Amino acid sequence: MNVLAFLIPISLILGGIGLAFFVFTVKSRQYEDPEGDARRILSDEYDDHPKPD
Amino acid sequence: MTVAMRPQISACPACAAAPAAEALAEREAVKDADLALSLPTIHCAACISTVEKVLNAAPGIRQARVNLTQKRAQIVADAGVTADQLIALLADAGYEAHELDATALRATQTDRAGRDLLMRMAVAGFAMMNVMLLSIAVWSGAEGPTRDMFHWISAAIALPVIAFSAQPFFGNAWRALRVGKLNMDVPISLAIGLAVVTSLWETSLSGEHAYFDAAVALTFFLLTGRYLDHRTRAIARSAAEELAALEVPRARRVWPDGSETEVPVAELSVGDLIRVRPGGRMPVDGEITSGTSELDRSLLTGETLPIYAEPGQAVSAGEVNLTGPLTIRATAVGRDSSLHRMADLVAVAESGRSRYTSLADKAAKLYAPGVHILSALAFIGWYLATFDPRTAVNIAAAVLIITCPCALGLAVPAVTTAASGRLFRRGLLIKDATALERLAEVDTVVFDKTGTLTAGTPEPINLDSLTTEQLSVALALAEGSSHPLSVALAGAARAKGVEPAILDAVSEVPGYGTEALWNGQPVRLGRTGWTGGTELDLTASWLRIGDAAPSAVTFTDQLRPGAAEAVAELKADGTRILLMSGDTEGAVAQLAQKLGIDNWQANCLPEDKAERIASLSETGAKVLMVGDGLNDTAALAAAHVSISPASALDAARAASDIVLLGTDLSPLPEAVRTARAATKRIRQNFRIATWYNIIAVPLAVAGLATPLIAALAMSASSITVSLNALRLRSQP
Repeated sequence: MNVLAFLIPISLILGGIGLAFFVFTVKSRQYEDPEGDARRILSDEYDDHPKPD
Repeated sequence: MTVAMRPQISACPACAAAPAAEALAEREAVKDADLALSLPTIHCAACISTVEKVLNAAPGIRQARVNLTQKRAQIVADAGVTADQLIALLADAGYEAHELDATALRATQTDRAGRDLLMRMAVAGFAMMNVMLLSIAVWSGAEGPTRDMFHWISAAIALPVIAFSAQPFFGNAWRALRVGKLNMDVPISLAIGLAVVTSLWETSLSGEHAYFDAAVALTFFLLTGRYLDHRTRAIARSAAEELAALEVPRARRVWPDGSETEVPVAELSVGDLIRVRPGGRMPVDGEITSGTSELDRSLLTGETLPIYAEPGQAVSAGEVNLTGPLTIRATAVGRDSSLHRMADLVAVAESGRSRYTSLADKAAKLYAPGVHILSALAFIGWYLATFDPRTAVNIAAAVLIITCPCALGLAVPAVTTAASGRLFRRGLLIKDATALERLAEVDTVVFDKTGTLTAGTPEPINLDSLTTEQLSVALALAEGSSHPLSVALAGAARAKGVEPAILDAVSEVPGYGTEALWNGQPVRLGRTGWTGGTELDLTASWLRIGDAAPSAVTFTDQLRPGAAEAVAELKADGTRILLMSGDTEGAVAQLAQKLGIDNWQANCLPEDKAERIASLSETGAKVLMVGDGLNDTAALAAAHVSISPASALDAARAASDIVLLGTDLSPLPEAVRTARAATKRIRQNFRIATWYNIIAVPLAVAGLATPLIAALAMSASSITVSLNALRLRSQP
């Protein structure tokens, strides 16, 4: 049964990481334009140089 | 009723703009311009990148981002960049764009409530999975200290999660209890709270049954229902707001030195001079000081015949100037204008409709006291039988958990989401939460004529009675003017293959017509009095060649596409159809005959329409009102349920429950059918939920319900109800 001592924390931590990422995506408004985001991956434009402010 | 409350805000463009204008001025003083454009034609990845490239390349643009879901572009630009410049740039690139009133959109852009619910739902879902994992170990036979440890870990996950995720339920329940009422959230909160408390108690005593998984699953399923409900309404609200935001309230103010500047309508005050160009709408009530023209009052009164306008005449906000430029002196602005007085009428009528109780409310009214009594009886019964408070509380909690309205909470939102989504794809926007249920009950449909059954564009009907010579002169004259009747006449004549005659000295006399010289004799096309014609009951334009007797070109209002099909289908479904118009008897009779409507009424005043609908309602009829004008708003608000086309005046759209986005009327009968199917589905879902209670409650009362049975029953009923709702999407 000692294996439980590892497995339960591991499962909770993994789930917690997933939840933390989800919270991050909601906070950074990544669900505002689902349709546009699905199409943007087809675009050749790369915005790796953000516009200077 | 949040959606229904909006009318007061948006009904009057001037009032909507007042705080907006202040905010605008404030922002501009400190920061850059913040623009929003509507892009109705974008649809793919190439569109996104082209639009963004064009916008980002424009001078003064800091940042432009396209949102494809909402078909909008958000732009941050230096002060001084105007939307007009950007619209022109996009037009060159081949994209249609319209300016959106950025302040009117603000509310939906940051959908805080939606993100908040999504977050709570995600946390509850995460906890449900983890607690369920541990619970399965317990159900499959974990015993002794292992079971206790699993229960304690479950408690450690469930307690903070419920404290966070179930807050909306606790809050609502507390608000209801404080005013001495019961709503659906009271049994929900009680069940969640009691489940957690008894489970903690059991766990501390090394008990066998803990309901942590049930408490968390309950929260998750109910939050799913709430989120679906919120999303459906948020989509409708954002689309409705976009319609309102498309009309940016601006006016051209004339200064004493003769110069003109564009100002927000909210900044106008009584006594200001305002220039209204042909095609423009009167922003305020006023009096004409110079210029002659014709006015289209159809949105206010339903009349199709334009009226003559000359200096000294009073005009009302909402009328459209047709031919010549006019200068008006404002006599009433903002709250005092006739547009706003009409909106007040709507607010009064609206309060009557909010009395409608939705199916969900009816169910909750029966349900909430029922479960409390049942659970209390179970507690008393078991306490008297065993004198063991622990058993009695455990069983009372089990009864509350089992009866908890997971399925009821999903029954309505799942169906309305599916139905609204289906109707949205067909171009119907459901603004009000209970509109679908009310639409399903409809047995009488009242149509407005101008702008609703007709497209508002005239169509000549007697071209065949004119000679070829007359036609060619009429065509040449008509092409010299941009008056709607002239445009329609020219289009129809061209389509018949008529060649325009060669005219000299063509000139348009605003408010009267067009005149010219043809082979040396004067020719005129225009108003009855100006050309020497005799007054007719139909919309007509007269053609006079030389001294010959004038001949009339009569017009009828073109039917809106799909109008005939919609009326025929509704009739076939057994619905009574009425036509009520503010237009003249001749025009209404002709249209009624064309569509096969026997029951019609002409020359209706706005009050007549509303009264007629009220008297129909008194006889028990459930009336659907379809209308677009300001003269319809009172009737729209008085009817059981109402629909207006997107081309309708802001006030009319705000007063109606459903907005028709396209120009086609044919989705109407389908909307009624879908609403009926949806209501049937909701009732079916209630029955499923009831059956599940009938089976599970005796088990719980008898003390036989284990956490496993509760979890199975709860999930099974929620999933059945959701799947049943989804069937609505695929139905033909």
